[in-house]
Amino acid sequence: MEILGLLSDGVMVSLMPINVMLILLGVTLGLFIGAMPGLGSVNGVAILLPITFLVPPNSAIIFLAAIYYGAMYGGAISSITLGIPGASTAVATTFDGRPLAMSGRASLALVTAALASFIGGTISNVLFTVFAPLLATVALIFGPPEIFALMLLAFATFVGLGGDDIPKTILSICLGLVFAAIGFDEISGAPRLVLFDINGFMKGISFLVLAIGVYGIGEMIWTIENTRGEVTTTEAKMSLKGIVRDSKEGMRRGWKGTMIGSFLGFFVGILPAAGATPGSLMSYGVAKMVAKNPKEFGKGHPGGVAAPEAANNAASTGSMLPMLTLGIPGSPTTAILLGGMVIWGLTPGPRLFTDQPDFVWGLIGSFYISNVFALLVNLAFIPLFIWMLRMPFTVLAPLIFVLSVVGGYAATQDMFDVWLMLIFGLGAFFLRKLDYPLAPAVLAIVLGPIAEPTLRQSLLLSSGDATVFLTRPIAGPITIIALILILLPLFKAIMTKLRGTRTNEA
Amino acid sequence: MRLAEIVTAGVLALLSIYMMYKSTELDVGYITGEGPGGGAWPFWLSAIMLICTGIIAFNWWRRTSPPSQSDEVLLDGYGKRTIVLVGGGLLGFIALVDIISMYGAMAVFLFYYLRFLGRHSWTLTLSLSLLLPMVFFFFFEGLMRITMPKGLSFTEPFYNYLYSIIY
Repeated sequence: MEILGLLSDGVMVSLMPINVMLILLGVTLGLFIGAMPGLGSVNGVAILLPITFLVPPNSAIIFLAAIYYGAMYGGAISSITLGIPGASTAVATTFDGRPLAMSGRASLALVTAALASFIGGTISNVLFTVFAPLLATVALIFGPPEIFALMLLAFATFVGLGGDDIPKTILSICLGLVFAAIGFDEISGAPRLVLFDINGFMKGISFLVLAIGVYGIGEMIWTIENTRGEVTTTEAKMSLKGIVRDSKEGMRRGWKGTMIGSFLGFFVGILPAAGATPGSLMSYGVAKMVAKNPKEFGKGHPGGVAAPEAANNAASTGSMLPMLTLGIPGSPTTAILLGGMVIWGLTPGPRLFTDQPDFVWGLIGSFYISNVFALLVNLAFIPLFIWMLRMPFTVLAPLIFVLSVVGGYAATQDMFDVWLMLIFGLGAFFLRKLDYPLAPAVLAIVLGPIAEPTLRQSLLLSSGDATVFLTRPIAGPITIIALILILLPLFKAIMTKLRGTRTNEA
Repeated sequence: MRLAEIVTAGVLALLSIYMMYKSTELDVGYITGEGPGGGAWPFWLSAIMLICTGIIAFNWWRRTSPPSQSDEVLLDGYGKRTIVLVGGGLLGFIALVDIISMYGAMAVFLFYYLRFLGRHSWTLTLSLSLLLPMVFFFFFEGLMRITMPKGLSFTEPFYNYLYSIIY
């Protein structure tokens, strides 16, 4: 009952005129960002974070969360009408969304996607409201070893489940962590890692400089280089009558996928560093597996649109759970939100629920409001978004570059950081071309300032005995899971090799 | 790609070694009663990075990672042009900030990108490259009270006029 009271207070906070305006603006921008190929929620949040310094922290995070939410809805629009995913989170939506559009049923696919997103969002919001306070209460007893073990788990997820080249993933994590260590040693106060003795490094590298460099500059250049050909849009005619008819059909044929996506997406989203992309791909797979006629999937089945769309919305809410309760982001986008919270002067972690209830519950309340607004804006303006998708990239790209440079400067007000951002951006472009995952580096630069002190404090408490991470009742199991995840790829490789030898012998 | 893969691994290995060396300016071992030294965290992380570059090089030699098998060039003609025109444009943009101010540089960059790279009409080019910097000016200086670099002193009279509108 207490939760309901807190939630209604939160909803009231998010219904304040300024917040309603920001939610509307956020979901609309988010829908556009999600729909534009090459731009995803993480780009949007990274590039727009500096301009949120204008409003108080709880309005700022409500705005950014609304962008995150809107982007999850928006990704489907381009997946269906262009056949290219607007964001990586909507890759699975193309599998059935595109065939539906090609057979003249784009409207059915779009409506199913919107409704599934709404249901996925609603179910995950309820799960979030129930679980978040519980987890935060448990997390209050966490000491440095437990927090460090959780950090280890976040990085281990990238290694074990990320699917990218393992040494490149580990290198990316370490690079982010070392970048976070530049500036001063917090404990002794001595300057540390002042690279090439350039004074600009004395104040450290702000995570935003790396995030905007990677997502605002590097990824943009990468997209420009990759989308050489012209893109064709499929027309979608929408009418009120059509929407009602398609809603009925979409729900009748897609309810199973929606349910799978909602629950699976939420729980995959909670896993540190997993996020909405694997959540939506897994949900598609499961929905196909349990379908009566799995063969219909891939040819234009509404269930194949509903599952990933419900999942990416559910996962985006899920990934906020560890961010708010434990101070550990569940996705690259939440990593940037977490970094923003630090800039706003908040200390992420379980104490937030007791120290800043207005902030936490205002945000949770805004999830519900954003979800409703995103559905309405989406359904009402689908034709407009499709029209906007025709905006040439040569207009959008310079706007993003300008926003990145101005935003990068506004964050620290130092031209040195703008130069650094350009270097990171160009570096990120080349690394991305060579299959180096960069999300782990961005996550690491955010978590570095939390991971290092907790490790040092833990080792100090145990007089240098590293088994402290294994012997404590909560830290122990987390560390063991993390170690298993790190060793998983190695184990898989050995198994494949053994199997290969056996086949050869036979 | 194959050449780029090993060159990048080499550059990252050098960076790791440099960061390891830089970390040793502080204690990298365990100090009794104080815990790990100030340089320990970055030192050992850089060491892990160095090991990773070694494995990447080994995979390159065994030809197991996709870029090490690829015969494609890292950047073809289009890619090179993109880097030079877009990356160079950005470089010019940032370099111009200290000379003709953030807003001036923004206008020049937008003009360059829209007109020369995008081949858009004069109307679109001029309206965007003149209006947007104005919008940004009033947003940052007026609403957010963040002052952007104003370049050399010759831009002063112009900005004094704009400030007289805000205040």
